[in-house]
Amino acid sequence: METKTLLRKLSEASGVSGYEAELRGLVREAWAPWADEVREDVLGNVIALKRGTGAGERRYKVMLAGHMDEIGLMVTQLEGGFIRFTQVGGIDPRTLLAQEVVVHGREPLPGIIGTRPPHVLPPEARNKPVPWDELFIDVGLDGSRLAELVQVGDLITVRRSMAELEDDRLSGKAFDNRASVVAIACALERLAGLKHEWDVYAVATVQEETGLKGAMTSAYGVYPDIGIAIDVGFGNMPGQSELDSIEMGKGPSIAFGPTAHPAIHEQLVSVAQANEIPHQIEPIPGASGTDAWAIQVVREGIPAGLLSIPLRYMHTSVETVVAQDIARTGRLLAHFTASLDAAFAGRLGLNR
Amino acid sequence: MILQQLANASGPSGREEAVRQVVIEAIRDHVDSYQVDGLGNCIALKRGAAPAADGRSRRVMVSAHMDEVALMIVQITGEGLLRFRKIGGIDDRVLPSKRVLVGEKRVPGVIGCKPLHLLHDAEFGQVAASDDLYIDIGASSAAAAERLVQRGDYAVFDTPYEPWPQARLVKGKAFDDRAGCAVLVELLRGDPYPFDLYGVFTVQEEVGLRGARVAAYAVDPDAAIALEGTICDDMPKKKDISSTTVLGQGPSITIMDRSMIADRRLVQLLIDTAQAEGIPYQFKQPLMGSTDSGTIHLAREGVPTTVVSIPSRYIHSPVTLLSLDDLENTVKLMRAALIKLADLEL
Repeated sequence: METKTLLRKLSEASGVSGYEAELRGLVREAWAPWADEVREDVLGNVIALKRGTGAGERRYKVMLAGHMDEIGLMVTQLEGGFIRFTQVGGIDPRTLLAQEVVVHGREPLPGIIGTRPPHVLPPEARNKPVPWDELFIDVGLDGSRLAELVQVGDLITVRRSMAELEDDRLSGKAFDNRASVVAIACALERLAGLKHEWDVYAVATVQEETGLKGAMTSAYGVYPDIGIAIDVGFGNMPGQSELDSIEMGKGPSIAFGPTAHPAIHEQLVSVAQANEIPHQIEPIPGASGTDAWAIQVVREGIPAGLLSIPLRYMHTSVETVVAQDIARTGRLLAHFTASLDAAFAGRLGLNR
Repeated sequence: MILQQLANASGPSGREEAVRQVVIEAIRDHVDSYQVDGLGNCIALKRGAAPAADGRSRRVMVSAHMDEVALMIVQITGEGLLRFRKIGGIDDRVLPSKRVLVGEKRVPGVIGCKPLHLLHDAEFGQVAASDDLYIDIGASSAAAAERLVQRGDYAVFDTPYEPWPQARLVKGKAFDDRAGCAVLVELLRGDPYPFDLYGVFTVQEEVGLRGARVAAYAVDPDAAIALEGTICDDMPKKKDISSTTVLGQGPSITIMDRSMIADRRLVQLLIDTAQAEGIPYQFKQPLMGSTDSGTIHLAREGVPTTVVSIPSRYIHSPVTLLSLDDLENTVKLMRAALIKLADLEL
């Protein structure tokens, strides 16, 4: 699989939380060749099943979850020819000035989040971030034409093509978490050549950025024995505490802490070691803010794990990853899945 | 449209070669001569249709600056990231979450910032200062970065030119002042004027109007008009303050800015011409901004000078926006006014 090509396609598509339709089509296309069946649930999660070979009384199920939604903006008001807006998911307004966007009105309209030129600003104004209520979008239309094309509630996405940087690094928008959707595709492809006993449910979840919603309903529906969330983690960068950071280019981080079942953590680490897959260990002392956190408490509880792909500049339009880290995450997921057997189920107490 | 090539070219103050190359290609077959002076200004001469009776043709200088605001690489960190300083007036707040092109090889890079998840409460209220930001070209070490970039290289915003489908607007970087350059190219490609027209594409405007100073000295014009892509602050604001210019309402004529009081005869000529030709026009809010006219009008013993501008929203940011109607009307107004300028008592 050409990971860069798939990531570009997914990254450049639009799918703000709650409005993931375009992504659903692309994810189906990417995953279907490796799956036995693909369905969608009520909330819009894409669920692909790849059956395992397990022959016992019941076949165990592992769920691999990566969210496909992205943070975005929403129209709140039209003011003359300009658009006022709010956020969907967590956006730092300081990343928005002079940002190009697409306003998804009656037709997609390119726009700019405007900024007053420095010439007209008193020096003290330049020392303060522009607050939400002073930000506006310019699509170059007059008020009456704008009102024909755009209405309150229309979605807005940041407009950014993917760039290939040096040393195998890629930059673009919504790598959080389309990079993980690609990693899952890599895992499914690799699993085609591996024997695995457990059924694999690959799930592209919706509405993660607005509260892990898709993970809740899909985990309920799939009712897996264990769930692994794949998300992005804070790649190291100047100005960011080392304690908060994982390293770029050193493979996925394997979480431990309340968000991850110790046996799953250990299994992920030992599979990574056995297959010589570069990886790192990430202590997360509380809420991981990922689908793993939601999956854990579905129904009577589901043992969970979390892999994070190192990513710099999270929730900006220039999120940066190392392509190799995505491929490594896919490899680890595949070999982990292939390692799941009755003995592992026993360690988790699943076969009682 | 020549504006596309002009806007997409990199031309930070002091390194305007790529823009100059586009200019020269566009005008060389339409002018009598051109030369590049010691600072890098491109001075083109389009001779008048007929020499003046007294043998001395009137010399009119029309200028536009080629340079743009940009960033300069001042340090490569141990981890291969590029620290930078600003060239020209850039608001720090427009930098995070943007793409740039570094150096002559146009190496793609990004300006990121700390994720909001990890910000302390106080940081939300603070501007991410340009000193604390850096360009990431993906290099995983200083050595990897140094293979492509060196200190002193420039970075420009990576914002490709693009017409918008929904309106007669175009988006791109550096319309301040590639819009002026585009108008000047059009003026040089037209029929000759009744005087010698010096089309001057200047350097280093953004760092202090420096190219225009020496070019005006060399040309020694009888009158001068600077063309600018200027401030257009016509967006919603809490207080009712001037918009400086308004997008789509025609070329703007400067009466006075921070660098110059315009020659009233030239201002009147432009007004009369616009009215006679039915070309929309507007006045730029006085005392806003500085342009090459600031040094041109002080060349030698002084030069009657004014400025005609194309309103451009969001100048000095990564992405600027202008109206093609304004651009075309600026060309029309300038053509008609220049023809009348031949007879103006100076």
